[in-house]
Amino acid sequence: MALPDAIDARRAPRSAGERTLFPREASTRRLLTSPAVVLVILLSIFPLIISAYLAFSRFQFVSDGFDITFTGLDNFRKLLTGSQSRRFVGRIGTIPWWGWLALVGFVGSMAWTGVRAVRSAPAKRVRIAVSRSVVTIAGTALLALMIQTLQGDGLPGSVVVTLVFVLAGVALQYTLGLGLAMAASQPLRGKRFFRAVFLIPMTITPVGAAYMFRMISDTGKGPLEPLWSFFFGAGQYTWVDNPWGARIAIIVADTWQWTPFMFIILVAAVESVPDALLEAAKVDGAKAWHQFRYVTLPMIAPVSLTLLLIRSIEAFKIIDLPQVLTGGGPGTATESLALGAVLEWRALNLGGSAAISYAMLVLTTFFALILVNYGHRRAVAAIS
Amino acid sequence: MSTAPTELRETAAGATRRRSALGLSRRSTVGVYVVLIFWTLVVLFPIYWIATTSLKSPLDVNSGPVYLPGVDYEPTLDAWDWALNTEGNQTRRAFVNTLVVGVVSAVITVAVGAAASYGLSRMQYRPRLSSVAAFIGSGVLAVFLIVLGLPWPTAVLVWTAVFAASVATWARRYQFRLTNDDIAFWLISQRILPPIAIVLPLFVFFQQIDLLDTQLALIITYVGANLPIAIWLLRDFFANIPIDLEEAAAIEGATRFQALRKIILPLAVPGLVATFLFILVFAWNEFLIATVLSSADAQTMPLLVVSQNATRGPQWWNMSVLIIIMSVPVIAMAIFLERYIARGLLVGAVKH
Repeated sequence: MALPDAIDARRAPRSAGERTLFPREASTRRLLTSPAVVLVILLSIFPLIISAYLAFSRFQFVSDGFDITFTGLDNFRKLLTGSQSRRFVGRIGTIPWWGWLALVGFVGSMAWTGVRAVRSAPAKRVRIAVSRSVVTIAGTALLALMIQTLQGDGLPGSVVVTLVFVLAGVALQYTLGLGLAMAASQPLRGKRFFRAVFLIPMTITPVGAAYMFRMISDTGKGPLEPLWSFFFGAGQYTWVDNPWGARIAIIVADTWQWTPFMFIILVAAVESVPDALLEAAKVDGAKAWHQFRYVTLPMIAPVSLTLLLIRSIEAFKIIDLPQVLTGGGPGTATESLALGAVLEWRALNLGGSAAISYAMLVLTTFFALILVNYGHRRAVAAIS
Repeated sequence: MSTAPTELRETAAGATRRRSALGLSRRSTVGVYVVLIFWTLVVLFPIYWIATTSLKSPLDVNSGPVYLPGVDYEPTLDAWDWALNTEGNQTRRAFVNTLVVGVVSAVITVAVGAAASYGLSRMQYRPRLSSVAAFIGSGVLAVFLIVLGLPWPTAVLVWTAVFAASVATWARRYQFRLTNDDIAFWLISQRILPPIAIVLPLFVFFQQIDLLDTQLALIITYVGANLPIAIWLLRDFFANIPIDLEEAAAIEGATRFQALRKIILPLAVPGLVATFLFILVFAWNEFLIATVLSSADAQTMPLLVVSQNATRGPQWWNMSVLIIIMSVPVIAMAIFLERYIARGLLVGAVKH
């Protein structure tokens, strides 16, 4: 398993030689962890298993309780090719020439790095080859889906919409958070004030933030009305009718809310870079940009990856913002997977809802594993 | 105290020296301030807009943007009056629900999470994978027995019996054991699960035992949902507290719990406080789980905010008041505890 690495395997348990440090250790040991383990089994694992059963069946409330009929892969078939495929997968368009170029480039680079990975570790070649092929196939499929639905004659379904929110939102939040962290870690007066203020968006309830941004992005009654009418003429433009306008509004609101999370942790990371290293670089004649590029950035790379991982995992579950800001519209242009699952639940289609949740789970896990396996190793290699 | 001025001068000199070694030219200082002030405005403007909207009448909101209370519109306390007097009971109930659910679930989460993280950072666990599988397998069996109509005490009895029998028989034969990292990874990775997948079965479960729309149902669910985050944050924190201190205590003849109470807990306060704040914010603001598991009696503030978007369209003024009421305590706490956040948990999460 490679994931513990990223979440944190920086410290191996140091307890190897101290099993007898204190008397009567065995019972204490069990007492400490079993509440957490039992709670997680009861509140996550069991529900997950039951959800899996729901995903393969039709669930109905009847007069005295409920009724479950096993229907096999029916719910998933509906999502992928049946009545729900427009919402879930989207409308498939043609792939333009640059799309083919991107796909070939992706497969090519995966093959190239794969061959190099096999060469450098011939003993593990079967494992590497298998995992690489899986990643390449799944990655190509996702990339092709994004290209086919996002350009020209396609329409993105909730899978691609969610991916757009995750990729654009997390990238923006990280870049802004890092920039602000660099600024706020300079020796300046009043930096405690800025740090405290920058935390605020995170503490606002996401639905509240969503309504805030709905007010602010209102082209008729919002505070930016003069701006809208200056650029688009009075009352002519409403971003709600424009799919990309709506998506951008959601990404902006998400960025407002979650940049602080990146910011506070990155500030701590940037400040933990030893001054001696920066001074040495300066003595060697490195400019500020080079100090950042060759000292700070590699030093904070492992933390950055953990941050990106945590934030992406949370971002895949995005629901409050699209639900309030756009209601998933126009059409289904901003319907994320989580929102789709909730809408299905509202329609009392518990099976369909569970199936969407499972699709989410697979997608998030795949994404997290890629981040860990490809990013983390490189980051660690860069500083060691 | 008489040496204080010299000390001050010395630190000031140190700061200047540091600035000349690593710091900024005058021009970049101005640039950095521009960036920081710009982002401060970005952060504060939506909040300013909410605050002024809470003082507007419906007419002021609907007739186009007005910016300054007292200048381009006449501030009114109607919305505040609505939230605190007309619908005062509803607001109070939602606020108390949020407070109770948030604080109780955060306290339980941090306590359970801290115990587990401390254990995982200090002791070795080697549970058999087969025992874990036996526990889950017999539990699933019990759940299906309940679905088939067995009363739940009997089902729990069956669960315990089957589990004990499995551990004593077939589970012994498999020697594959889990390590601390496996356990931690497994606990933390639960955060990947989509909440709706967890909440649907819990919804059915709470409905069957008549716990829907109670604070207890929300507290239980939030503890399960937030435990992974608490363990992720606290594990780093405990692992960064030097183990030598406990070794010294052990040599002095202290028990594990004495060492924990007198040495580790005082050192861990910043991490615990910061984790508590994080978890509290998550539970305080949570919407999806609350919307599934509660309707009227256990309605929390986020639900009340959303309910202002009724048939007559969003009641912006009321909504603004409610958002302010629910945010002020958390913002105050975050600003007050900012020192802890910076020093405690996040430094802990970052060190190598």
